[in-house]
Amino acid sequence: MKRTRWTGWAAGKWAAGGALVCLVGIGAFLGIAHRSGLPAVPPPKAADFPAEMLARGAALAAIGDCIVCHTADGGVAYAGGRALATPFGTLYSTNITPDPETGIGNWSKEAFKRAMRDGVSRDGRHLYPALPYDHYRQVHDGDLDAIYAFLMTRPAASAPARANELIFPLGFRPLLAGWKLLFLHQEDFTPRPDRDAEWNRGAYLAEGLGHCSGCHSPRNIAGAEKTGSDAYSGGVAEGWVAPALNGSSPSAVPWTADSLFTYLRTGVDVRHGAAAGPMGPVAHGLSRAPESDVRAIATYIASLSADRAPGAPAAADRAAEAARANPAGATLFAGACAGCHEGGAPMMTQGRPGLSTVTALQLDRPDNAVRAILQGIHAPTGPAGPAMPPFAASLTDAQVADLAAYLRSRFSDRPAWTALETAAATVRKEESQP
Amino acid sequence: MTVTITVNGADHALDVDPATPLLYVLRDDLELNGAKYGCGLGQCGACTVHIDGKPAFSCLTPVGAVAGRRIRTVEGLGSAEAPGLLQRAFETEQAAQCGYCIAGMLMRAQALLDRNPDPDDAQIRAHMQTNLCRCGTHMRILRAIRRAVAMRKGVQAAQEMRP
Repeated sequence: MKRTRWTGWAAGKWAAGGALVCLVGIGAFLGIAHRSGLPAVPPPKAADFPAEMLARGAALAAIGDCIVCHTADGGVAYAGGRALATPFGTLYSTNITPDPETGIGNWSKEAFKRAMRDGVSRDGRHLYPALPYDHYRQVHDGDLDAIYAFLMTRPAASAPARANELIFPLGFRPLLAGWKLLFLHQEDFTPRPDRDAEWNRGAYLAEGLGHCSGCHSPRNIAGAEKTGSDAYSGGVAEGWVAPALNGSSPSAVPWTADSLFTYLRTGVDVRHGAAAGPMGPVAHGLSRAPESDVRAIATYIASLSADRAPGAPAAADRAAEAARANPAGATLFAGACAGCHEGGAPMMTQGRPGLSTVTALQLDRPDNAVRAILQGIHAPTGPAGPAMPPFAASLTDAQVADLAAYLRSRFSDRPAWTALETAAATVRKEESQP
Repeated sequence: MTVTITVNGADHALDVDPATPLLYVLRDDLELNGAKYGCGLGQCGACTVHIDGKPAFSCLTPVGAVAGRRIRTVEGLGSAEAPGLLQRAFETEQAAQCGYCIAGMLMRAQALLDRNPDPDDAQIRAHMQTNLCRCGTHMRILRAIRRAVAMRKGVQAAQEMRP
């Protein structure tokens, strides 16, 4: 009895102590998490900004590709509302037109720069890192000013933000302060003295506004990019594999600055394939960005895979062997694909990529190939760009699986893909969602 | 090799290479000449037919891939003597100029109306995006589809008014 009372007293004391520590902890956390609002300002006018600054802002916004995430399908440019699927639920991008009520019309330059660097809204709310402020922190002050000038002179559109659909408890934004404590340590960009000016310009743009590693690096369990030797070792974006850009690049032919420039500028390179999925809009943006900046990005990104890991894929074309192993796939290829993709087809004589060097067929996962077959490829940079029709209506999941297996065995020396029919069914299910 | 396909409700057993494009089989073996060969690359839509209710390019569909599946061609919408509702709407609007793309246009539009009997203009335009007309009668084609929607509603309204 006595012992029990003693235990009870101790437990009570510990519980009280624990509660106090918790309260202090929560208080301290909320103290750190609290960011104050910044005052609303009258919307600036176009005349407030020099023409040179607006032009530079437009070019930088094209490299950052703000428009892609901040525009809904068929919606007003920069008015937000695009659904961004994440492992933590669905986020909806917000209106960054200068509408004072629903956009950023009454944001000062300081409020804009705080959002870009610290991920904090003008009213003090934390923003989710789907806005890659971990990258934008590295952007120079003058460049952020130019982007601010550009955005504040777009046509204003009234479009209230749509409520996010996140898993519990991530809707509680102060938690993001914890994420930032752990992962938001990037500094302003510092050039490397051992590299030339073009490389440094490319690194500045790719690491900052371009946020290339946002898709091309893997992410940890908290959704933050892995860094160090894991940087650029490949990631996932909207169900598409974003291939590694470092030494473990899966491309059959090594990337060069020239081939990357062509790919980024036109959406297609003859030795690597066409920009598809979320890479399509990136090429679209870069086709309109200053040529010298795209060259710089290509120079920097190509340097990442200068030391190719041993055992990299090599171009292959083993038609007879593949047809013996996958006769059903060979028949489908002959009827559905050969008109464009077989040697001597009109498309092949016009400088389009041959399948033996298309990176999608060399990846560990079949997702990109299956998606391209089912959904097709939309010309990324304009009507003259590479386009492929979708086959979702004509081929069943089992046929897509046969075809993909054939393509893999014919055009790659990598191990056969597995669970292809499931992969096709998954993509098709996603397609049928409203 | 024998491949059995179901076209406009009728079964046909054919002795063909399964890699043959469905379009060739429809035109050459079954003499259903509505669907046309346009580009052969899935870029123009002149060859559009329905496979299990969905519009597809028959020029890029190996016949072996559609064995046992439901295929519908423009001949399945009606005949010259008894045209279907959408065909009548196209006729009224004089939507065809040379007419080469029209079978594909009809099948593509019919697939939309089967799924959504009352599409708005944006939905019609987005859906018809894949089909091209070199004469440039797109505006008449759009009008014809809108007319078909109105005609169907009219028929429905007339039916509802009957005692």
